Amino acid sequence: METAFTPVHSLIGGAWIGIASVLLMLTLGRIMGATGILAGVLAPTGRSDLAWRLALLAGMATGPLAVLALTGNWPEVQVPTSRWVLVIGGVLVGIGVTFGAGCTSGHGVCGLARLSPRSLVATLTFMLTTGITVYVVRHVIGA
Amino acid sequence: MKLLTTYLIGVIFGAGIALSGMGNPAKVLNFFDVAGSWDPSLILVMGGALSVTFIGYRLVLGRRGPIFAQGFALPSSRVIDQKLVGGSALFGMGWGMTGFCPGGVLPMLGTGLADVFLFVAAMLAGLAVGKALLGLTLRPGAADVPFKT
Repeated sequence: METAFTPVHSLIGGAWIGIASVLLMLTLGRIMGATGILAGVLAPTGRSDLAWRLALLAGMATGPLAVLALTGNWPEVQVPTSRWVLVIGGVLVGIGVTFGAGCTSGHGVCGLARLSPRSLVATLTFMLTTGITVYVVRHVIGA
Repeated sequence: MKLLTTYLIGVIFGAGIALSGMGNPAKVLNFFDVAGSWDPSLILVMGGALSVTFIGYRLVLGRRGPIFAQGFALPSSRVIDQKLVGGSALFGMGWGMTGFCPGGVLPMLGTGLADVFLFVAAMLAGLAVGKALLGLTLRPGAADVPFKT
């Protein structure tokens, strides 16, 4: 499935992700890591801990609507895989980020911005295995 | 005030994900498909996010503390072990199979698409399984450590 190169939208969107990460550190003193935020919802340390996590998630889910308001278009979500693959992949992602203690946002953006050696190792590792997986699925198995 | 601010920060993050294409699996998978239908957009997403955060963190972390909390909750672990590498490797396999990562998929819940909800449900199951497995490998009393990102 071909997708168009979108340098302007991607750079602006990326900057917004960065701005949100900086603002969360400025206000709550927290890392903008989707894994940590979500894991904390499953095991909150108290009511106010749960409240900020849910507020943040609710805001995130408003993002597509905000993009619709700004650009006049819903953001595209093209899922090229079957539902079984989504389920198996989802479980792998959930287990993986728990053991790896972070994902693209936590390690790849916030951790690298802090020059954390752990995050560098984690990011290089998942970028590599993601690339290998895509290559195997598309060019070896040929799905 | 604190919750409203937090909500708005979530909106900025979610809009960034949605605008950048980071929440579109086809686009994410094409970034990794250098040998096929390559779409380099995600370099700009990561580059934009990282450069803003790198500069912003230097300004913010120089303050005495955050506005609404006692101190900065920064991960303190410096251990690079099999858990970190193995977990990250597993995460990459799931990301490469589906094109969805946690930060990319959560904002897309706002689109209401069934595939997004299905993936998030599976991911939550994976988080619970991972936590249970991790509990088995940890000494008692250390249970809080792994969830700091």
